[in-house]
Amino acid sequence: MLGKLTWQAIPFDQPIPLVAGGAVFLVLVAVIIWIIVKGHLPYLWNEWITSVDHKRIGVMYMLLSLLMLLRGFIDGLMMRSQQALAFRAPGYLPPEHYDQIFSAHGTIMIFFGAMPMMIGLMNFVVPLQLGVRDVAFPTLNSTSFWLTATGALLVNLSLVVGEFARTGWLPYPPLSEAQYTPGVGVDYYIWALQISGVGTLLTGVNFVTTILKIRAPGMSYMRMPVFCWTALASNLLIVAAFPVLTATLAMLALDRYLGFHFFTDTAGGNQMMFVNLIWAWGHPEVYILVLPAFGVFSEVIPTFSGKPLFGYRSMVAATLFICLVSFMVWLHHFFTMGAGGDVNAVFGIATSIIAVGTGVKIYNWIFTMYGGRIRFDAPMLWSIGFIITFVIGGMTGVMLAVPPADFELHNSLFLVAHFHNVIIGGVVFGGFAGLTYWFPKAFGFRLHEGWGKAAFWFTLAGFYATFMPLYVAGLLGMTRRLQEYDVAAWRPWVLAAGVGVLITLAGAVCQVTQLVVSIRRRDELRDETGDPWNGRSLEWSTASPPPAFNYAVLPNVHGEEPYWEIKRRTIEAQHLAPEPDYKPIELPRNSPTGFITAFFATITGFALIWQIWWMVGLGLVAAYAVFVIFAWRDKEEYEVPAEEVAAIDRARRSAREQWLAAHAQVGEQV
Amino acid sequence: MSVSQALPGPHRRDMDPYLIRDGHGGHGGRDYPTGRGEGGPAPRNVVVAYGFWIFILSDIIMFSAFFAAHAVLATATAGGPSGRELFDPTHVALETTCLLLSSFTCGLSAVATRARDLLWTEVALLVTGLLGAMFLVLECQEFASFVARGASPERSAFLSSFFAVVGCHGLHVTAGLLWLGTMMAQVCVKGFRPNVLRRLLCFNLFWHALDIIWVALFTIVYLLGLGR
Repeated sequence: MLGKLTWQAIPFDQPIPLVAGGAVFLVLVAVIIWIIVKGHLPYLWNEWITSVDHKRIGVMYMLLSLLMLLRGFIDGLMMRSQQALAFRAPGYLPPEHYDQIFSAHGTIMIFFGAMPMMIGLMNFVVPLQLGVRDVAFPTLNSTSFWLTATGALLVNLSLVVGEFARTGWLPYPPLSEAQYTPGVGVDYYIWALQISGVGTLLTGVNFVTTILKIRAPGMSYMRMPVFCWTALASNLLIVAAFPVLTATLAMLALDRYLGFHFFTDTAGGNQMMFVNLIWAWGHPEVYILVLPAFGVFSEVIPTFSGKPLFGYRSMVAATLFICLVSFMVWLHHFFTMGAGGDVNAVFGIATSIIAVGTGVKIYNWIFTMYGGRIRFDAPMLWSIGFIITFVIGGMTGVMLAVPPADFELHNSLFLVAHFHNVIIGGVVFGGFAGLTYWFPKAFGFRLHEGWGKAAFWFTLAGFYATFMPLYVAGLLGMTRRLQEYDVAAWRPWVLAAGVGVLITLAGAVCQVTQLVVSIRRRDELRDETGDPWNGRSLEWSTASPPPAFNYAVLPNVHGEEPYWEIKRRTIEAQHLAPEPDYKPIELPRNSPTGFITAFFATITGFALIWQIWWMVGLGLVAAYAVFVIFAWRDKEEYEVPAEEVAAIDRARRSAREQWLAAHAQVGEQV
Repeated sequence: MSVSQALPGPHRRDMDPYLIRDGHGGHGGRDYPTGRGEGGPAPRNVVVAYGFWIFILSDIIMFSAFFAAHAVLATATAGGPSGRELFDPTHVALETTCLLLSSFTCGLSAVATRARDLLWTEVALLVTGLLGAMFLVLECQEFASFVARGASPERSAFLSSFFAVVGCHGLHVTAGLLWLGTMMAQVCVKGFRPNVLRRLLCFNLFWHALDIIWVALFTIVYLLGLGR
C-alpha cells in the first residue's frame, strides 16, 4: 500500500535530525495556525500564492532563497564544527549522517539557495528594466516558482522521513546505483531536482521569450541594461543545459528503478558517461548563477559611481562570449579521468580563455568607478568586495585549469576553497548587492544601512577567515569530505576555518536583524520618489513599490540610460513631461494553477521516492486535470480602468513634483 | 497594410504576425514592426509561438543527451543481442509511415483551421491521433517482441540506451495524443477563439518536431544499428 514507506523511515534513534525536523515542523504549524487565526489566509492566497505578477513571484523566490541559504548555512556550520572536533576523534556526527550533511549542503545551496536568488532577482527586475508589464507567460512563471518550492520541500522532508543522499551534491555512479546505495536518499535527490529542474527550464523559456520579444518601444538590443543581457545569457544557458540534467538524472533513475545499465559497472554500463553528462550541465550551471550576479554589479557600480557603465558594448560581448565558451570547458572537472594529454590541453586552454571574458568585465567595472563620485552604500560595498574576492577565486581557478596542477589539487580542500571563493564572492555577494539595491523598489522602503554594512563586513571577513585556511589545508594534502582525520599539520587550519564560519554566522545574524529592524522602522526609511539611489535605468522611473501594471504608459526609449535622460531633461526644464493620455490596462488574472500543479507534483515526487505506484498515478492524473481545467477558463485577463491608472500615476507624479520643488536649486545632485 | 486589409476579417492577424499596430504604447511613426528592434512588444500569437519554439529546442537538447548516451553505449552489448540481430526494417518502416502520415494530416488540420473549418479540423486531428496511436501500438509490439526474446533493457547497456531513447520519443507521442484529445474537445466546445488557435499552432509545432526526432532515431538508432 505504501511502497517502501514504513515507520522505520522516521529516524527515532538519531536525535539531531529528529529534533531539528520536529522544531521546523512545529514552527511551520505555528505559523500556519497564526495565519489562519489572524485571518491572513485570504490575503496570502489572493495576493501571493495565486499571484502571477512577476514582482510578487520574484519576492517569493527571494524568500525561498534566503530560507534555504540559512538551511544550507546550518549544514556548513555542522561540517566545520565536526571537522574542528574530529582530529583523531569521531566528533559528534557519525559518517552516514556527515555524508548526508555535505550532500544536502551542496544540493540546497546551489539549487535552492543560489538559483532562486538569481531567478528571483531576474523576475523582479527584468520586466521593469525592459519597460513592460510582465513576463511572456505569467501563469507559467508562477508554476515555475511553485515547482522549485516543491523541490526544496522534498529535500527538506528527507530530514525527517527517510534519509538524504550520501553521495555528494552530484551523485556519481556506481556509488549512487541501487546496488551500492539502496536507500531512498538518492531518490530524494533525483526527484527533488527533476521537479525543480522542470520549473527552472520553464523559467528559462519564459525569460528568453520575454527578453527577445517583449521590450518597451525603442528598447533595441543595444539599449538593454546589462542586467537584461546577462539575464538573457543566463536563461539561454538554462534552456540549453537543464535538459541535459533532466536526461542524465532520468538515466540514473532508470538504472536505479528498472535495472537499466547506463552507468553500472556491469553489462557494459559506463560510469564516466555520467560524469561527462552531469558536467555538460554542471559547468554552464556555474555561469547560469554568476552571469546575473555580474549583471547586478553592472547596475550597482554605475549608479553608485554616478557615471555610465564603462565599455557597454564590450560588456555585452564578454557576456555572450562567456555564455558560449561555458559549454566547452566541462572536462576540467575531471582531468584525472585520463582522457589523454591532448584532450586535457584543449580543455585547460579553453578554461583559461574563459577567464578573459571575466577579466574584461572586471576592468570595465574598475574603469566605471575611476573618476566617479563613489558612494559607499551597502550595495556598492558588496560590489567592491566582490571585485577583490572574485579575482582571487578566478586566479585559483586558472591554477586548477592547468592539468598537471589539477592532478595534485583534484578533490582537495583547495578545490573546495576555490569554488566557494567564486560562488560566495560572486553569486552570494551579487545576490545581497541586488537584494539591498532593489529592496526599496520592491517594498517602498530602504534596508537599514548600519546593519547592512555590518552584515557585509562580517560576511567578507568570515569568508576570508574560513576559506583562506582551507586553501592552505588543501595544499597540505587534505582531501574534501573527511569525517575524521589524523594529520596534525592540518589541524590549525581546520580550526581557523571553524572560527571563520562563526564570523560568517555573525554576518548572517546581521542580515536577519537588518530585515527585522528595517521592517520596524519602515516609516523613516520610506522611499517617496521611487528613485532612492539616483538610478539610471527604467525601473527607477516608476513608483516604489510599482503598481501592478508597472508603467501607466509604456516608456519610449531613446538611449542606453533612458531614465537618466528623462531625469536630466526634467531637472533642466524644472517640470515633468506633460501628463499622458491614460488608457485602461489589461492584466493577467491570478491563477492557482501553479500552486495546485506543485501540490500534485509534490505528491507524485514523494510517491516516486517511496515507490507508492498508485499514488504516482493519482498525482499524474490530477496534474493533467489541472492542465485541462486551466485550459478551459474563459477569462484570462482583467482590466484596470483608465481612471484608476490615472489616479495611481498622478500620485507618482505629484511625489516627483514635490521632489523637484524641494531640489529646485540643487540641480541634479541628490 | 493594404494587403492584409483586403483579406476577410479573421485572416488578418494570422497572415502578418508582425503587423504594425500604430499608436500602441505611445509609439508611432517608427518603421520597426513590433517584437523586434525598437518596435515594442510583439503580439500575443508571436510571443506564444516563439516561446514554444524555445521549449521545443530545449526538448531536442534533452533528446540529444539520450542520443549521445546511445552513441557511447551502442556497441556495449555485453554478449547479448545487437541491433543487427533485433531490428526488423519492415516493422520500423511501417512505424515511420504511420508517423510521417500523421504529420501530413496534422498539417492538413492546420490548413482547415486557417479556413476556420471546424469539421475538417476535427477530422484531420482525429486521423492524426489514430495514426499516432497506431505508431504507438507498433512500437509496443516491437518492445514486447524484444523482451520476449530476452532483449530487455536489463540485458545490456546497448539495450538500456535503445529502450530509453526510443521510449522517450514514445512517451512524447503519448503526451502529444493526450494534448491532441484535449485540443479536439476544446475546438469542439470553445470554437476558434484566439487562445485555441495559438494552442493548435503550438500542437502543430510539437507534432512536427516529434517527426524530426523520429527521423533522427530512424537514421541513427535503426539504420546505423542495422549496419553495425
